[in-house]
Amino acid sequence: MSDITQILLIIGLPFIAFLLLGIFGNSSTLLKNSAGIIGTSLMAISCFFAIQIASGYFLSPSHASGEAFSPSIVFKYVWLNFGSGKSIDIGAFVDPISAMMLVVVTFISLMVHIFSLGYMKGEERFATYYAFLGLFTFSMLGLVISANIFQIYIFWELVGVSSFLLIGYYFQKPSAVAASKKAFIVTRFADLGFLIGILTLGFYSETFDFQELIARLSNHQTPQFLAIASASFLGLSALTWGLVLVFIGGAGKSAMFPLHIWLPDAMEGPTPVSALIHAATMVVAGVFLVARLFPIFALSDQAALNIVAYIGIISALFAAIIACTQTDIKRVLAFSTMSQIGYMMFALGVSGYGGEEGAGFSASMFHLFTHAFFKSLLFLGAGSIIHMVHSNEMGDMGGLRKYMPITHIAFLIACLAISGIPPFAGFFSKEAILHAAHQSHPGIYYLGLFTSMLTAFYMFRLYFSIFWSKESKDHSHHSEGTWSMKIPLIILSIASILVGFVPFSSYVSSDGLGLESHLDWMFSIAPVSLAFLGIGFAAYLYLKENDKPESIANSLGSIFTWVKHKFYIDELYLFITKKVIFNLFGKPAAWIDKNIIDGFYALSADITTAVSFSIRGIQSGKVQGYALYFFGGILGLAILFIYIMN
Amino acid sequence: MISVGLTHILILSTCLFFIGMYGFFTRRNLITLLMSVELMLNSVNINFAAFNKYLFPEKLDGIFFNVFIITIAAAEAAVAIAIIINLYRSHNSIDVEDAGEMKY
Repeated sequence: MSDITQILLIIGLPFIAFLLLGIFGNSSTLLKNSAGIIGTSLMAISCFFAIQIASGYFLSPSHASGEAFSPSIVFKYVWLNFGSGKSIDIGAFVDPISAMMLVVVTFISLMVHIFSLGYMKGEERFATYYAFLGLFTFSMLGLVISANIFQIYIFWELVGVSSFLLIGYYFQKPSAVAASKKAFIVTRFADLGFLIGILTLGFYSETFDFQELIARLSNHQTPQFLAIASASFLGLSALTWGLVLVFIGGAGKSAMFPLHIWLPDAMEGPTPVSALIHAATMVVAGVFLVARLFPIFALSDQAALNIVAYIGIISALFAAIIACTQTDIKRVLAFSTMSQIGYMMFALGVSGYGGEEGAGFSASMFHLFTHAFFKSLLFLGAGSIIHMVHSNEMGDMGGLRKYMPITHIAFLIACLAISGIPPFAGFFSKEAILHAAHQSHPGIYYLGLFTSMLTAFYMFRLYFSIFWSKESKDHSHHSEGTWSMKIPLIILSIASILVGFVPFSSYVSSDGLGLESHLDWMFSIAPVSLAFLGIGFAAYLYLKENDKPESIANSLGSIFTWVKHKFYIDELYLFITKKVIFNLFGKPAAWIDKNIIDGFYALSADITTAVSFSIRGIQSGKVQGYALYFFGGILGLAILFIYIMN
Repeated sequence: MISVGLTHILILSTCLFFIGMYGFFTRRNLITLLMSVELMLNSVNINFAAFNKYLFPEKLDGIFFNVFIITIAAAEAAVAIAIIINLYRSHNSIDVEDAGEMKY
């Protein structure tokens, strides 16, 4: 089978699932009952082809002989032609990062599809749920294979829409509605920056195609580069503006500080959805976007790259601190996601281009890859726990290890992986990131190290509170969940152990040449011992139920309250939107609309009323009266034409 | 004997027109109003025929217009009489003064 057919099947099958289940799912009982099976089997085929494409790409004989991985255009056709060589194309484009993403997206999506068979069983809108999952997977796959920055924008928005639909899946709950609106508006606001960034880059580089764009803007001799670098606005070059604006779009999708406020609320959606969208795939779209344009960032604009690095590390640290105080298990995971994406971002930010310099790029993509597995495992584990306990609050859990042994082991593996304990997957990718940061940005390295200790602490706080701590209520009448829920947990646990051993940097690197991955055991001592410190501290506080956590919280006083309320960022946004913008812009605009705009129309309506009231006598109802006006009119016209016009 | 010229015929049609107009404004009976309208129409018919005969004797356009106007007058009379019958059914009168509801 040719590459085109395979790529089209990979992205087409989820879309077919969406159309089939979305249109007919609720009207046909047969489809409604088999919606899960249909969606899952289509997804399985798609996943199979994705793995085939990726293995064909990475294991191609030309690479074995030492050649660089070159991006290959699978197909491309002109969609909108602007003339003079400018056009917007639709195409598919396979390079190391998109091949990697194809596998990650289809695989995690397949796991979530399988898990949902048990988790969503008996839901009223079961078919709709699978339709939305199909739409999301289609959009995300379209995003990763986009050959064109405009095409990526289209899929970017589609991803946002499907995220909106899935967060608001339980639309009877007002909190879910509010959360879906918030997610959509915040990311949409960020996408405004993305669009302006696309237009800026597209205007100066005279192309939207990724390869052309990168080739023109990363080479300092081209006329396009000279034009964009010399044009300046508010003291920064147009290139910096374009890249920063594109990054703002990415930061919105990836929940980077200060646009992260939608992610914790997005946990209102069904838990498998959080695993798919808000942990493993959609939220890393921002990282993917920066990685896509990475040669431009790294070769042409160090300032924009530094912004990426600092925003990344701030988000990582900020989210890790907040995660230590949250009590809703999904929110802890949400903040942990934000923190890990912060890692990926700053890894890109500290990276250079090519060779050893580009280690950060490989590390970031590696972390994206491993994080997808253990974070979706954590979310699916949390889903399994919520399914049993019927609550999101840590306080309602505790001692669950006896009742859900498989979930317990899976969750433990995922916690070890995210904490960076060898030999689990997270260890390798986090080491690579810290190593890259250590060489170029020591400040970021130390903050990253501290964050990794916090990560271990809050993940094990979560683990101990759920599975140890107090003795649980009797849950023996509940089972752990169906096999369709356990199998994904088992598969993902195995993956979380094994994917760290993939020689990732020799496949995915900034210049395509591949790097020797090397592990410096001496270097690993500090992060691993800090992680163990975090775990030990969590065990000290949460292994048995006691009042130590409370007394520490009390002794921290107002700092704890600040952190628990997420530094009042949400309140700050509300203050800015409701008080400042509403009072300074909204109210005056409403006043003008009400009094001046509406007033003008009301005035003209009043004048019309008054005039017609005064002349209404003409409408007498007498036929002969009307005839008189008629003949009077003729007479008047006759006089006009005969005597006056001549 | 003086021969009949265009002027004579125009005077005739003008008289006919104003007789019709007078009738339209002074009469109350709807049937009479209809007859007055027919008078005005026919005065125009006379004009068409006269202009055709005296100014463009080689053409037939005016005569064709006569045919049209007669046809339209017939249709118009049918519609008008239908309206009058309906008015009589609802108002029990065909006096134009009695049908004055359609006003402000």
